[in-house]
Amino acid sequence: MAKFAHKDLLSMEPLSVEEIAFILDTAESLKTISARDIKKVPTLRGKSVVNFFYEPSTRTRTSFEVAAKQLSADTFSLSASTSSIVKGETLLDTARNLQAMRPDLIVLRHPSSGAPHMLAREMKAGIINAGDGINEHPTQALLDLYTIREKMGRLNGLKVAIIGDISHSRVARSNIIGLTKMGAEVTVSGPPTMIPVGIEALGVQVVPDPVQAVKKKDVLMLLRIQLERQSAVLFPSIREYASFFGLSSEMLRMANEGAIVMHPGPLNRGVEITSEVADGPYSVILDQVANGVAVRMAVLYLLIGGVKGDNVDQER
Amino acid sequence: MITLIRNGDVVDPVRETVEKVDVLVEKGKISKLLPPGVFKEKGPQIRIFDASDKFVIPGLVDIHVHLREPGHEYKETVASGARSAAAGGFTAIACMPNTEPPNDCRSVTEFILEQAERACSVRVYPIAAISKGQEGETLTNFGELKEAGAVAVSDDGFPVANSELMRRALEYAAFYGLRVISHCEDRSLAGDGVMHEGVISTRIGLAGIPAASEDIMVYREISLSRLTGCPVHIAHVSTAGSVELIRRAKEEGLLVTAETAPHYFTLDHQRVVGYDTLAKVNPPLRTSEDVEAVKEGLREGVIDVIATDHAPHSPLEKELEFDRAAFGMIGLQTALPLTLQLVRDGVLDLTEAVGKLSCAGANIIGVSGGCLIEGENADLSVIDPEYEYLFEADQILSKSRNSPFIGKRLKGVNELTMVGGKVVWEKER
Repeated sequence: MAKFAHKDLLSMEPLSVEEIAFILDTAESLKTISARDIKKVPTLRGKSVVNFFYEPSTRTRTSFEVAAKQLSADTFSLSASTSSIVKGETLLDTARNLQAMRPDLIVLRHPSSGAPHMLAREMKAGIINAGDGINEHPTQALLDLYTIREKMGRLNGLKVAIIGDISHSRVARSNIIGLTKMGAEVTVSGPPTMIPVGIEALGVQVVPDPVQAVKKKDVLMLLRIQLERQSAVLFPSIREYASFFGLSSEMLRMANEGAIVMHPGPLNRGVEITSEVADGPYSVILDQVANGVAVRMAVLYLLIGGVKGDNVDQER
Repeated sequence: MITLIRNGDVVDPVRETVEKVDVLVEKGKISKLLPPGVFKEKGPQIRIFDASDKFVIPGLVDIHVHLREPGHEYKETVASGARSAAAGGFTAIACMPNTEPPNDCRSVTEFILEQAERACSVRVYPIAAISKGQEGETLTNFGELKEAGAVAVSDDGFPVANSELMRRALEYAAFYGLRVISHCEDRSLAGDGVMHEGVISTRIGLAGIPAASEDIMVYREISLSRLTGCPVHIAHVSTAGSVELIRRAKEEGLLVTAETAPHYFTLDHQRVVGYDTLAKVNPPLRTSEDVEAVKEGLREGVIDVIATDHAPHSPLEKELEFDRAAFGMIGLQTALPLTLQLVRDGVLDLTEAVGKLSCAGANIIGVSGGCLIEGENADLSVIDPEYEYLFEADQILSKSRNSPFIGKRLKGVNELTMVGGKVVWEKER
C-alpha cells in the first residue's frame, strides 16, 4: 500500500502527485459505502473526530460529519457560538483544552488564514483544514479533482477556467495548487479587482474577460460571489457582475464539447451562474457534493485510519 | 572618580575616524582623549576598562522606540525599555506617543521623564503626539509640550490622514524647532492588510498592504515640505519607491530626512511563510528588491538614520491568529549586530554605521550625543563586532520577547554602556 505519512491536511502544497492520486483512489473505493443499504463500516471505530467550525457552514460540516459516521468514528461538533470563544477564550487556549481530551482529529473551519497551521503546531491531534480565511480549502479541491477525474477520465492536460473572486477564494487557491500539480492547465478569470497580485507565480494564466477565458475549456469552475463583500469596492453592483461575469448558456457554448460546470456552493443563482446552467446537463454541482463525502472519508481514513497504524505496527 | 577606557579603537562618526585612543572620563564628561599609554596614573580612585580589540563608540541614539508606559506596563515600562536599550548599546532613546493615554499633553511628557529619571539608565526623550488623542483632528500644544521636554512630534501608529493638518503641523512645529516624524501609511489603501501585498501574500492567502500605501504618503510629506519649506522626517522606510522619492527630494534640496529599521534591511516577506506572528510588523516586511533598495538608500545616504521601531507586545497580542495579532517587533538588543552585518557586507563602513545609529538621529531630534569629543557627556559604548553568539529569549531585557531573531546566530555585541560617565550596563564576562 502506498504511504500517506502526514499528521495534518492543511494545504494542497505539501501533497505530492502520487499522494493526491492515492487519496482519489482511496475515495473511489470508499464511495461504494454510501451506495449500500447499510452505510457504515467499522474502520474508525473508537476514533474521535471534532468538527470545529468558527464560521457557518452547512455543506462542509455535514459532509465531514457523514464521512466520519460512515467510518464509525465518534463525532463532536463545536461552533464559535456554542463554545468558550464567545467567552473570550483564545484559539490556542481552546486548542490546548481540546487536546487535553485527546481527540484523534480536528476538522477546523476558521476565518483567519493560517489558523489551522497554528493549531497543528500546538496539538498532537491531526488537523484538517476545512477552510481558513482566504487561504485554502484542501478537501474542496480534492473533491473537485475527484469529480473532474470521474467525469473526464483524467486530470493531466485538461483545460480548466476558474471564474470569480480569485483574491478572496480559498477554493480557488487550493484548486489552483491541486490542478496544476496534476498537470491541468488553469486559467483564472474575473474582474481585475478580484485577481490577486502575482497569481501567475502559481502557474496559472490570467484572462480577465470571462468570454475569452471559457473558450476551449474542459472544465468551468465558478466561484461564489460573496455578496457581503460588495462594500469593499471590488465591483459596483451585483447586476453588473451578473451581466458581465455570470456564466450563461451562450458563454457555455464557447467551451469544449462535453465541458463540465462546477460550483463549490452555496449558489447565488442569477449572479455567478444562471439557473439554466446550474441545473443543466453539463452541471456536476450535485456530484461534487456526493463526492465530498467519499473524499472526506478517504482523508479521515488516511490520516487516522489503517495506514498510519500499520506503520506503528511495523515499528514494534 | 576617574574612569579610563584604554587600548580601544575609538570610532568618531563625525570626523569619520577610527583611532586607538584612551578615553578619560571625569565628572560625567569626557575629560581627555589621549594616545594610548600616555595616561599612567594608578590608584584606587581610577577605574580602568580594558578595551583591547574592542571599539569605543559614541552611545547609540534610537529615535524610534515604543515604551508602552503609561497604559501598557505589562508590555514594557520606561525602566525595562531603558534597560534593554542599555544592553543594546544605546545611551538615549526617543519614545513614541502612542501610549494610553497618549503623550499629547504636558503631564504625560513629564510623567515619562520622571519615570526615566527613576529608572536611572539611558536618556529618554519623549516624542509628543501631533494631534490630540492621536485622532488626527486638532494639533496638540507644541509649545507647552516642548517646554515639558518633548523633542519631536509624531502620530506614529495613527498616521495623519488629513493633509491640511499635516501641513499645519509642519509649519507650527518648525516655529518651535520640533521635528515632525511621519509614519507614512495610507490607511484606506492598506485596508485590512496584514503583510506586504505580493507573490507571498497571494500564495499564503493573507490580505496585503501594497507598497503604494507607504509611497503615496511619503510623496505627500515631500510635497508638504516643499510647500512649507519646513523639515519632515520619514519614519521606518520599507519600500524601494519611498527610497527613490526621498532620493529625489534630497537632490532637490528639500529638508527631508529618513530612517529605516534593521528588519527592513535584514528580512523580507518570505519570513511570513508559516504565519509566524513575530514577523508581523507595520510597515510589513517587503520584497527582496525593497530590502536591496533600503540598503542602497543607506549606502548613498538617502536614509540618514537607523532606528529600531522597538515595539513590545506580550503573548496576549502575539499568540493569536495571524490577522488578529498585533503589528510590531522589539529591536533594541538586535539593532547593533544587524547593522554591523551591513558593515561586513560592505554596505556601510564602520563610522557610517555608527553614525546612522547615533549622531544622525540625535541631530534630527536636536539632542546632544553621538560624538566622542573632550568636554562632552561621557555617553559611550564599548562593542566587540567579532563576537558571535546565539540570540536567545533569556538574553532579552525588554518585558516582551517578540523578536523574529530569537534562535538566530548574531555577530557583534555591546559590552559596556556608559551614560554621563555612569556604567548603566556591562556584559558578564
